[in-house]
Amino acid sequence: MTQHVRFYQTGSFAVGNRLLPAEARTVQSDPTRANSLTSGHRACRGCGEALGARYVLDAAMRATGGRLVTVNATGCLEVFSTPYPESSWRVPWLHSLFGNAPAVASGVAAALKARGRTDIRVLGQGGDGGTVDIGFGALSGMFERGDDVLFVCYDNQGYMNTGVQRSGATPPAARTSTTQAVGPAPGNVFGQGKSAPLIAMAHEIPYVATATIADLHDLESKVERAMGLHGARYLHVLVPCPLGWGSDAAQTVRIARLAVQSGLFPVFEAERGAVSAVSPIRHRVLVEEYLRPQARFRHLFEPERRADVIDGLQAIADRNIRRFGLLPGEQT
Amino acid sequence: MFEVRIHGRGGQGVVTAAELLAAAAFAEGRSAQAFPSFGSERTGAPVVAFCRIAERPIRLREPILRPDAVIVQDATLLRQTDVLAGLADGGLVLVNSTRAEAELGLSDHGGRVIVVPASRLAREYLGRPLPNAALLGGFAALCGLISLESVTAAIRARFPGPVAEANTAAAAAAYDLVRAHRKERARA
Amino acid sequence: MLSQIEGSRAVAETVGHCRPQVICAYPISPQTHIVEALSALVKSGRLTACEFVNVESEFAAMSVAIGASAAGARAYTATASQGLLYMAEALYNASGLGLPIVMTVANRAIGAPINIWNDHSDAMSQRDSGWIQLYAEDNQAAADLHVLAFRLAEELSTPVMVCMDGFVLTHAVEAVDVPSQAAVDRFLPAFQPRQVLDPDAPLTIGAMVGPEAFTEVRYLAHTNQLRALARLPELADQFAATFHRDLDALVSPYRCDDASTVVVALGSVLGTLKDTVDGMRTAGMPIGVLGLTAFRPFPAAAIKTAIGAAKRIVVLERAFAAGAGGIVSADLAPVLPADRELYTVVAGLGGRPVTRDSLRETLAAAFAGRLAPLTFLDLDERLLRAAEEVPS
Repeated sequence: MTQHVRFYQTGSFAVGNRLLPAEARTVQSDPTRANSLTSGHRACRGCGEALGARYVLDAAMRATGGRLVTVNATGCLEVFSTPYPESSWRVPWLHSLFGNAPAVASGVAAALKARGRTDIRVLGQGGDGGTVDIGFGALSGMFERGDDVLFVCYDNQGYMNTGVQRSGATPPAARTSTTQAVGPAPGNVFGQGKSAPLIAMAHEIPYVATATIADLHDLESKVERAMGLHGARYLHVLVPCPLGWGSDAAQTVRIARLAVQSGLFPVFEAERGAVSAVSPIRHRVLVEEYLRPQARFRHLFEPERRADVIDGLQAIADRNIRRFGLLPGEQT
Repeated sequence: MFEVRIHGRGGQGVVTAAELLAAAAFAEGRSAQAFPSFGSERTGAPVVAFCRIAERPIRLREPILRPDAVIVQDATLLRQTDVLAGLADGGLVLVNSTRAEAELGLSDHGGRVIVVPASRLAREYLGRPLPNAALLGGFAALCGLISLESVTAAIRARFPGPVAEANTAAAAAAYDLVRAHRKERARA
Repeated sequence: MLSQIEGSRAVAETVGHCRPQVICAYPISPQTHIVEALSALVKSGRLTACEFVNVESEFAAMSVAIGASAAGARAYTATASQGLLYMAEALYNASGLGLPIVMTVANRAIGAPINIWNDHSDAMSQRDSGWIQLYAEDNQAAADLHVLAFRLAEELSTPVMVCMDGFVLTHAVEAVDVPSQAAVDRFLPAFQPRQVLDPDAPLTIGAMVGPEAFTEVRYLAHTNQLRALARLPELADQFAATFHRDLDALVSPYRCDDASTVVVALGSVLGTLKDTVDGMRTAGMPIGVLGLTAFRPFPAAAIKTAIGAAKRIVVLERAFAAGAGGIVSADLAPVLPADRELYTVVAGLGGRPVTRDSLRETLAAAFAGRLAPLTFLDLDERLLRAAEEVPS
């Protein structure tokens, strides 16, 4: 007999998906989803990238009716998913090198076009190292040519696969193994780093978006949106790394949410170079709340509180909030 | 084997001249090889191109060091580079100039020198001072190795209609000039 | 049909007749004329069902070729010199993944000092990249080897580079019988990839392999290359039957039969060597030339056979390993019986002409037993002395 579950018994965060009409539910709620990145892989517990990739790929699979080919840069995602002779990928998947995934994806797209197989779509993916650093030339080339590829960057703000070194996406003050928490200005340098999404927008490609694993529904809908378009598209997903960030494996999703709520990671969409939508901050938090649970920022609080550095990070968040209009009620 | 070295300046069509000469020889059933001096010279810089013509397949790849003939597309090069280096005694020299060979300092040269105003002819027929077609016409008359018809055919195969016709006309004019010049010399 | 045609154009037309589906290119002298001609073939519609991708670097050129090949397309690119080095990482990847990409290398020196002219430093630097390397003696061979290369690459599922001397061949206009479309179609079947990215049969290509299997992967790559040693002469026979002209796929011996001295070389210098040797033969010196078309895999058995009883082997190298010596010589030494003399002559670096006069002098010295084991042809002692002078 069917047991009827009462509303309050479902838990407040689970309610939404179940109450939605079937067509609006997440891909992951569908028992027949592709499971593109299937279980048994070797990611760390609490891995934000594994979570993000699973949602992205399954959403892309649904959006394309399963007609998808994937290209992967070297990095954690590649290493934990394909230790020979095993593979967690249930989609056609190609790994070539660290710095060339966008170009390899371009080659796949060119081949499919030449072979008249435009029913098959291409998704390239990599971490922030493979995307914003070593693969950036190839990414820019793919963008400017308008190759029919969605490239997804899983940004965990450093070279986690090789032992947590600094990348061009590492935030200021963060401790990495190449920006140690020593000396008068511990951690990563202020004034360095780049915004890959803004640079992607400068290519005036059809679609650029940011997302996090804190809002998986939003992530899925952006993938679906991207796969509904042709040409070069870019999706930049913030994926906390418990190992590299020194955070509790159970807090990965919460930390991603704090990154958004603090304003440090603006979530937005852009079309042809112009911002077209932003995800407003509902419950604003100070950056300190985001920084505290992460050991990579511990030197900002111990042995003494570095108000100067925390203020510097808060200023970055405040600027993001003003720049993207993340607090619609506030006129700045 | 007959070896021709062509001296000119970047932009004058030196490489094209060597290729046209090779094409003309090929059309006559010979083996021919044309190649540039492999530089990265910019417009106006001295440039050299080579052409070998033989009855048998050509295997040799060295630059032409002992030419049987030298074509000089720009007479100012005579003062700058040793364009006659390695030229055999009795070798042919064809110079593009409106000046007399004595003025160019070529009268005591051991080779057979002919001066033809190729740039002037080119300006007349093409409206542009691109001397190579005229020089090739002159060269056909000078050495008799290839016919004017083959030069004309090579030009037509290379360039579109009106440009080809202007060039072939310049080549024919130069051919006539050199023929007349040689006859005059023979009488003298 | 013979036509008087630039080497680059002959290669481009031939590659076009091989029906590539993806061509990617980044310009570098002296490769440019090849990719320019191919871009025109695609743009004009003469070459259909083909994507021409203008990429932002050679690294991307090889990467696009990798993606295209893995997605089931016949993929082609061309480069030279610094460009080959810039794609070095991707070269190893293409061969490691067993992707049958064909690439033209318009051989050129490597800087510093920057030098755009011909030698073999570029291709030789990638001799261990897992690519098959074939060297063209003239532009007919350059064109023909591309047809052979696609066939061999796809049969063995391994990439092949066709090396042609930059400028000396790429920019030379001479008579070439460009393989016709009909004949190429008879010789080269449609690409049947061994592995392909296909949603209907998902494959993981490029997995991580640890110590437990890496040696075996490399061993199999080695044995796969060795298969080319047997397959190349067979394909050359098929080529001759289809195109009605010979193609030396492994080695090309010239007047070696009764030679006491054999000069071994690769590429366009072979023509000049043959003319030189003819002259020396007339002067009574029993000397021959052995051209290597295949350098990888190294045709050791064919070389040994061709050398026969010659007691003196002179290797003419268009590249060399600083601090060691000849590169081809190093491969050749273990092949030779112990009673043979081996000389290395480094010649034509950075485009220095290799002339008959210099060759004759050097080979005559070898003949007279006066040649040093390692010689640099036409070494300019004045420049060496000038380099030693300390500026005041």
